[in-house]
Amino acid sequence: MTTYFNEMTGTGGDLRLPYARLQDWVQSMPVELRTLKQAEAEALFRRIGITFAVYGEGGDPDRLIPFDMFPRVFAAAEWARLEKGIKQRARALNAFLVDVYGRGEIIRAGRIPARLIHENEAYEKEVAGFVPPKGVYSHIVGIDIVRTGPEEFFVLEDNCRTPSGVSYMLENREIMMRMFPALFRENRIEPVDNYSEALRRTLASVAPAKCRGEPNIVILTPGHFNSAYYEHSLLADLMGVDLVEGQDLFVEGEFVYARTTEGPKRVDVIYRRIDDDYLDPLCFRPDSMVGVPGLMDVYRSGGVSICSAPGAGVADDKAVYTYVPEMVRFYLGEEPILNNVPTWQCGKPDDCGYVLANLADLVVKEVHGSGGYGMLVGPKASAAEVEAFRLKIAADPDNYIAQPTLALSTVPTFVEEGVAPRHVDLRPYCLVGERIELVPGGLTRVALKEGSLVVNSSQGGGVKDTWVLAE
Amino acid sequence: MRLTVDHVTTYRYSQPVRSVVQSHRLTPSVHEGQKSLDWDVLVSDGVPGGSYRDGAGDRVQGWTVAGPVTAITVSVRGTVETEDTSGVLRGYRESVAPGAYLRETEATALGAGLRDLVAGIAAADRLELAHALADAVAGAIAYRPGVTHAHTTAAEALTLGEGVCQDHAHVLIACARVHAIPARYVSGYLSATEDGAPHEAAHAWAELHVPGLGWVGFDAANRCCPDDRYIRLGSGSDARAAAPIRGIARGLTSAAPEALDVVVAVLASEQ
Repeated sequence: MTTYFNEMTGTGGDLRLPYARLQDWVQSMPVELRTLKQAEAEALFRRIGITFAVYGEGGDPDRLIPFDMFPRVFAAAEWARLEKGIKQRARALNAFLVDVYGRGEIIRAGRIPARLIHENEAYEKEVAGFVPPKGVYSHIVGIDIVRTGPEEFFVLEDNCRTPSGVSYMLENREIMMRMFPALFRENRIEPVDNYSEALRRTLASVAPAKCRGEPNIVILTPGHFNSAYYEHSLLADLMGVDLVEGQDLFVEGEFVYARTTEGPKRVDVIYRRIDDDYLDPLCFRPDSMVGVPGLMDVYRSGGVSICSAPGAGVADDKAVYTYVPEMVRFYLGEEPILNNVPTWQCGKPDDCGYVLANLADLVVKEVHGSGGYGMLVGPKASAAEVEAFRLKIAADPDNYIAQPTLALSTVPTFVEEGVAPRHVDLRPYCLVGERIELVPGGLTRVALKEGSLVVNSSQGGGVKDTWVLAE
Repeated sequence: MRLTVDHVTTYRYSQPVRSVVQSHRLTPSVHEGQKSLDWDVLVSDGVPGGSYRDGAGDRVQGWTVAGPVTAITVSVRGTVETEDTSGVLRGYRESVAPGAYLRETEATALGAGLRDLVAGIAAADRLELAHALADAVAGAIAYRPGVTHAHTTAAEALTLGEGVCQDHAHVLIACARVHAIPARYVSGYLSATEDGAPHEAAHAWAELHVPGLGWVGFDAANRCCPDDRYIRLGSGSDARAAAPIRGIARGLTSAAPEALDVVVAVLASEQ
């Protein structure tokens, strides 16, 4: 029987300090009040309109992600170490991107196989030889972290393109503060609402060489059918910038312009929430209806900045992930503060043999997959599911990696019977521009099903407010 | 050899379009085998956009035309001094690693026919192998204009057994990949031969990467390596990626499509 680290009570049952004041809070809340509060929270979420379409499950696309009121808490010292590790990783990932699109030193040094980079679908030939402003490819790095003990943290994956979910970090806090103002007086909790200002600052700091004066920033969304549209509009609102779709932008001469009621307005920085493939039908997919024709020519000639930079995805590929600790050593000359989860690459014959022999104990993921789809959680899977996966791996080993099932930490969570431990992960959003900034906190996702280790919102996951306590 | 190029492309729209955006790879590559003496690209009513050398070493130039317009003319005129380098691309600056040209595209995807075509082809070294593959492609696809179109894939062309230079290049790229040889599509010009035999002045061929030599051109359509009759413009994974002109007209409808007219003359001039 696996023992799980409970972030409130440890493994021994003694109350851990960061959660000290929450003990009283829970005990002072009778079931009726809790039910009332939970309904209030849900009404608030509905009113602000934060919903998340759930792919592949059918039903109501505007379903709310369940919000659990029990906060997840980090002590100042715990966070200080996480922060160092997260920033270190974000720096290394960006150094790697500049390198693989430039001289490729890490490949020449034999520290990462050339094949893994150059034949990778996410490697964009189109940007080879190009250094984006300030040498930053990934401006918002979402790093998924799990915990297995008081000091044990592991990075599950990096998201270097356009990680979503930060709107939940902001709204979860907003709603908690509205519903439980006393909690925020009793606990010294670091604020997260400065995220939008930090994001704006980050984007402005990477304005292109040809930009004059205060950069004009826009958020480019694929449109309101996109599951994260709410987040796009929230961030635009909070930053005070325009939210645009491809058809609102056009290229003329050396620049990109937005159509506005006052006429065309030059755009300097595009925070895009669409994939590389759809950015510019002249350069990438010709059938893209959500991109801007000619955008890449303007970008490459220094007329506009695109965040994240096209090509950033090669750093968050699950096969490349294995080499991130090596990147930290190679570019920064430091030892990684955050560890990777041991990973077997099925593309390597030895690894593949091990994976196939131990499928029932492992988690298997598609190299390019996301959102918890197309993955096998060995210990939770039926024999038939395991066998089906065995065939898939054998047919296309390069497409799969495997990891041990980790004993994910738990945080007390409100359930029907009262309060019970549920497994969690954490996605902080690290901002990289002229400076590197990290808002204390992030998005805590919680697997609401008892015993479940899958926290994805598409697989029955919920969210929690994440606190970092001040010293 | 001194080659003069006169290349005019006209787009006609039966209904006025709101605007046109184009991306050009219409500038001769800078390498030992060729040197531009003069070179001009003009777009009627066009505003030049950003210009840069991309990772593959091509000079890219954006253009926009504010509408409404009913026709656009892209005129390319110039003179290039060429030298025979036996197809070897020497003194050329680029930053894309050859390995990036091992990924297949829709146009160069492998079909069963392609595997059969290269099965049994072996050679002592990669250069010899590249020649053998180019010969096999030349033998498998007879030159015949009009049977294939812009979107014909390598697999389809091979099944037909006929095609034009684009098809020869796509099939050769696909065959090279079977042998793990990086290969890419090159677009450019080919001057007329003295005997006046029919040829494609707006031409395309393939480059295969050979250790020690670098990129080497193979024109399977003409069973040769590019020499001083060729002008190299740009490259890409396939014909679309290497297209000298890529463009989009806003306001184009299927009811009122565009009509395209291309006139190319490439002549060897007296020294």
